Amino acid sequence: MKKFLNSADTYLTDALAGFAAAHPDLAVDLENRVVTRARGAVPGKVGLVSGGGSGHEPLHTGFVGEGMLDAACPGEVFTSPVPDQVVAAVRAADSGAGVVLVVKNYTGDVMNFDLAAELAGDEGVRVETVLVDDDVAVQDSTFTAGRRGTGATLLVEKIAGAAAVRGDSLEAVAEVGRRVNAASRSFAVALTAGTTPASGRPGFDLPADEIEVGVGIHGEPGRRRERLRPAREIVADMVEAILQDRAPAAGEEVIALVNGLGGTPLSELYLVYGEVARLLGERGVRISRSLVGDYVTSLDMAGCSITLCGADPEMLALWDAPVSTPGLRWGM
Amino acid sequence: MDIELARAWVRAVAVAVEKNREHLSDLDAAIGDGDHGANLNRGFAAAAEAVEALQPETVGAVLVKAGTTLVSKVGGASGPLYGSALRAAGKRLTGASADPAEVAAALAAGLEEVRRLGGAQPGDKTMVDAYTPAVEAFTAAAERGAALAEAAQAAATAAEDGARATEPLQARKGRASYLGERSKGHEDPGAASTALVFRALADTAAAAG
Repeated sequence: MKKFLNSADTYLTDALAGFAAAHPDLAVDLENRVVTRARGAVPGKVGLVSGGGSGHEPLHTGFVGEGMLDAACPGEVFTSPVPDQVVAAVRAADSGAGVVLVVKNYTGDVMNFDLAAELAGDEGVRVETVLVDDDVAVQDSTFTAGRRGTGATLLVEKIAGAAAVRGDSLEAVAEVGRRVNAASRSFAVALTAGTTPASGRPGFDLPADEIEVGVGIHGEPGRRRERLRPAREIVADMVEAILQDRAPAAGEEVIALVNGLGGTPLSELYLVYGEVARLLGERGVRISRSLVGDYVTSLDMAGCSITLCGADPEMLALWDAPVSTPGLRWGM
Repeated sequence: MDIELARAWVRAVAVAVEKNREHLSDLDAAIGDGDHGANLNRGFAAAAEAVEALQPETVGAVLVKAGTTLVSKVGGASGPLYGSALRAAGKRLTGASADPAEVAAALAAGLEEVRRLGGAQPGDKTMVDAYTPAVEAFTAAAERGAALAEAAQAAATAAEDGARATEPLQARKGRASYLGERSKGHEDPGAASTALVFRALADTAAAAG
């Protein structure tokens, strides 16, 4: 393993210290591990808070700023934050209008955010939770913990963030967030495993000529392993899996996200996007908005995820609203 | 069990987790993301330190403090699960000492909390598969009139058997459940760490003997 490290133990605080130095319009509380806007909560606006394991950058710290999150709480690498941290983020984000928590559906995240929501509620803060569970690779059933929350997290945070700026109530911001999640489906493929700084070795063994189809954002295996094939065939399977689960309704427009997992060049992601656009075009599905890049990563894992969100005009307008964060910026 | 023994137990778990840190992470790497050992080590090291500084009046206060520390240091699923189990157990032990029957009831309260939070049943390939037989064995021994050391020894053996028995199972809860069929063939890391916790209790009780 070759990584830029001082030591595995200080990886997170060193990274956050650098993040703070690079973004003076954000405030980074290194002790509590909470990232907020330097100017504090916006009076009268519903606060938006998210968090989860580190290692998925720019998610979530990179989405704090105008038009998106008010605070983020990064946990240890691939480990959810602790309740105290979430509560600190909620306090920072609350201006009296309440706080919406955006939580990815992973057992640890759900438990820690639930505990935090209870604690914050005890302090008198009104809290709503939006659970993100967009990954179709592992099927929901009575025997699993449900779908994983992955790429759609970005869409929920962007669109709910814009709704909060617009002045929507706590319930309305949460409602649009849930609507985005319900309309979103994702699927990921890994070409290589990522390496956590603590373990220093790849998270899973994947032979050089094989890919993991349906991988999770911590390297949790998906549906199957198969031989590496031309991108055209791999992407066709990914899009097929998504559309089989939720095909856009007639006339529905789609937001398409091709997301890198940290170790794949942008040129390859655009190549993948080209295949997605062609496949959807052939099916008569119209992509109204698109985004290509590293947004919800898994350290240095090579691979990509595809997220499709069937978007109504209101969601599209909120998507287009100005945003200014380290990881996402337009219209300002 | 008295306050000193409770404190020694937390300390012994911290030592055992540190010693088995790599092993737990290896088990986790097979079915999760490989940080179970590192996370628990961080948590129990802090818990041992926290109870060392404590001047408690009850046995339960030691366990509640250890549990609270785990919740606020570990994160992930193991922080809330282990932390809430210890807190629930500790809340049952309101005296300066506890007899084996009281300890059995406290351990059972911890198990109840784990099952409530995680929604896991025996056979789901989780810590419940080690915790459940351990509580049953401890309770049976206590009902026979066994001393703490003997009951804890029975619980430790049952937890270790339970952990080993998770190897062929398919995970149905937690992150490992996303593996489906492929989770078979690996011992569950949560069950393995639960076995360490009960072995530490047995060793501590034997030493206090």
